[in-house]
Amino acid sequence: MKRLVKNGTTPLDGPRPAPDKQPWTFKEKLLLGLSLRDYLSQAFRNPLNWVAAVILVVGLPVIVSRFIFGLGYVTHASNDYPWGLFLGFGLFCMVPLSASGFLLGTTVEVFGRHDYESIERLALLNGLLGYLFAVVYLLADLGQPWRLPYPMVVSWGPAAVLFLVGWHVATYLSVQMAEVSASFFEWVGWLAGKRFIRRIALGLTTAGIILSTLHQGALGALFTYAPGKVHPLWYSDEFQWVFFFCSSIPAGLCMVIVVSTIIKRTMGWRCDSNFLDNLDRLTIGLAKGASMGLVTYFTIKLIGLAHDNEWAYLATSWGGLYGMEMLMGVVVPIVLFAYSIRHNKVGLARFAALLTVLGIVLNRLNTALFTFNWNLYQELPHIGEIIIVVSIFTIYLLVYRFLLYRLPILYTWKEETVVEEAVVVIPSAEKPSETQSLGEVSA
Amino acid sequence: MGKISRRKFLAAGVAGAVAGSIGGARSAWAAPKLQGYPDGMGVLVDLTRCIGCRTCEAACNAEHNLPAPQEPFDDLSVLEKESHNGAKRRTDESAYTVVNRYEIPGSDTPVFRKMQCNHCNEPSCLTSCFVNAYTKTGEGAVIYDPEVCVGCRMCMVACPFYVPAYSYSSALNPLIVKCNFCYDNRLVHGQPPACVEACPQEAMVFGHREQLLAIGRERIRYQPDKYVDHIYGEKEVGGTAWMYLSGVPFEQVGFDTTLQKEPIISNVKGFLGMVPMVLAIWPALFTGFHMLAKKRERNAAADCQDDKKGESR
Ligand code: SF4
Ligand code: SF4
Ligand code: SF4
Repeated sequence: MKRLVKNGTTPLDGPRPAPDKQPWTFKEKLLLGLSLRDYLSQAFRNPLNWVAAVILVVGLPVIVSRFIFGLGYVTHASNDYPWGLFLGFGLFCMVPLSASGFLLGTTVEVFGRHDYESIERLALLNGLLGYLFAVVYLLADLGQPWRLPYPMVVSWGPAAVLFLVGWHVATYLSVQMAEVSASFFEWVGWLAGKRFIRRIALGLTTAGIILSTLHQGALGALFTYAPGKVHPLWYSDEFQWVFFFCSSIPAGLCMVIVVSTIIKRTMGWRCDSNFLDNLDRLTIGLAKGASMGLVTYFTIKLIGLAHDNEWAYLATSWGGLYGMEMLMGVVVPIVLFAYSIRHNKVGLARFAALLTVLGIVLNRLNTALFTFNWNLYQELPHIGEIIIVVSIFTIYLLVYRFLLYRLPILYTWKEETVVEEAVVVIPSAEKPSETQSLGEVSA
Repeated sequence: MGKISRRKFLAAGVAGAVAGSIGGARSAWAAPKLQGYPDGMGVLVDLTRCIGCRTCEAACNAEHNLPAPQEPFDDLSVLEKESHNGAKRRTDESAYTVVNRYEIPGSDTPVFRKMQCNHCNEPSCLTSCFVNAYTKTGEGAVIYDPEVCVGCRMCMVACPFYVPAYSYSSALNPLIVKCNFCYDNRLVHGQPPACVEACPQEAMVFGHREQLLAIGRERIRYQPDKYVDHIYGEKEVGGTAWMYLSGVPFEQVGFDTTLQKEPIISNVKGFLGMVPMVLAIWPALFTGFHMLAKKRERNAAADCQDDKKGESR
């Protein structure tokens, strides 16, 4: 794609340029305005697609076998470790890294920092996809995934924290769908829908803040059901939910930095100048937010240590793991952020963001997996589990890229006010079959 | 009693959170009843009497039509078996109860311990389940409803005794597998569980929990040299219906002696109590922030209209 753009192709980014006012057909939009041949040849040229293909060729059969032969076929079927990588990574890591949506939503819509607008949509999409795939991982993990709606419609256990998580993730998912649908409506050319979303944006954002505070914290509170099983260094009766909520803030912000960096490197053709020109400045801004979050997180972690008087554990090998996590994922990023903000070193801030993201992932895996049953025995995830986790993550990346290529996330949709009305009518009137397939894509 | 109303309050808090977040869900469900029933039944297991014959395992297996075990029940070598990770045998998808053998340092007589669900007074499996699949019955049993279970395995994470197992081998209908106190076919009729009845050593006594505590104390008082002065399960995690007497320190026979006295749910109360506050305070707080921001924007716009317009569009 990069090469095509260099040779003068303009990727589809708005209504077809004058003189001919024909709106794009849906197929043309899907192919980014390229011919099918051009589209395929650029796809085949991309080595990442080959890597993804190899992963999926191995992974898809394993995923299918999980559903045919049951969980026992791809996991250790452990009764002592009921939760493996599917939840350990898929739920407990994806959700904090997807806090980006509500954080940037709050920044722009509530605090009125409209200078962050150029990155808001990316953060919203990142949030939506993260939650969506957290649910996909959950479906892989649940013994009876087809009963997923049960806590909503069949039987309620309202005193359970997981009940709250379930409801909140479900509602928040719909909130995020609505938020991201603004870009989708632009892309399909249904501007009334977009205007409606703009009007309710503040409401959506506020709902997002409430739901996020609660379920980010709730994921931590889940572990307060298993006080003796999680190692004391990763556990606190009182603070567990605060730890999880607080660390989700730098996690979400840093995820936006990491994703935008990757995009800038690999997808520059898709970004417009509004995105690219502002990115460095916004990265530093996000870094400021993230470092404040990290400092708070670090402080309450120390308070937690002192409160439960856990200093002695630091001298054990668990303490070593804990120290590594805190050093790599919290302390070093704090220092690097401080330096990079001061000296306006964007590259360094990006590196610190990557460390933070990895640190949060390590923290969640440590809590849910590695230090779980710390005085029983340790178990490494089954190879089948690892393959499935990697495959689902690959699908996640492919979907992510698919949407970024098309929806006006990284670029501003060029609107032609005159054509607006025509855009609404014609595709649906002339191409009913395409509106249908459009429904499938959105579903 | 105070405890109960607090629980109810917390449950109402989460329920409120949900109702609030989905906007007008019907609040037509009952908060789960979590009190330990005062006249509930229980079993007192006396480890000093157990000889590790596995008769109880066999009885339970027959009573519940469970699949035949890998090693027949008269093969006592399994008592020493350890899995690849060095852990003792535990309940799994084909066994509601297992007996393990423990070598005691400084003694050449091993001690055997039967494990099964302890039927907690305030079970954490129950309080953690988001579809309310568990019920603590008036008779004292903690039973499970396979019809609603989603298979999240939260209850397995939450059980402090590592009791619930999961039938991972089933693709279409995997379920939680757990001792049910022989609820359906015996307990409701006031009969003792199959394992208790089968025990040739009378190592287990079935009765009202209160009576069992009295019996336990009595035995300890009469033979203080024989018993450790503790009834395991009297206070652990809020008390359990199945309780143990032992002649050796409990931690030497695989009991977790670090468990808290309070029910597990009390750890969660900090979070659950916070939920209604977030619901009440956040909307007002953030609307306030928003209004402040708007005001600032307007002021700024008034100050230098042309400049600002471009930036804050
Ligand atoms: S022992 Fe475990 S499974 Fe049995 S009632 Fe208590 S918490 Fe539930
Ligand atoms: S596995 Fe089933 S019984 Fe256990 S918590 Fe989940 S839904 Fe409830
Ligand atoms: S009480 Fe019944 S179900 Fe439980 S271990 Fe004994 S025989 Fe089995």
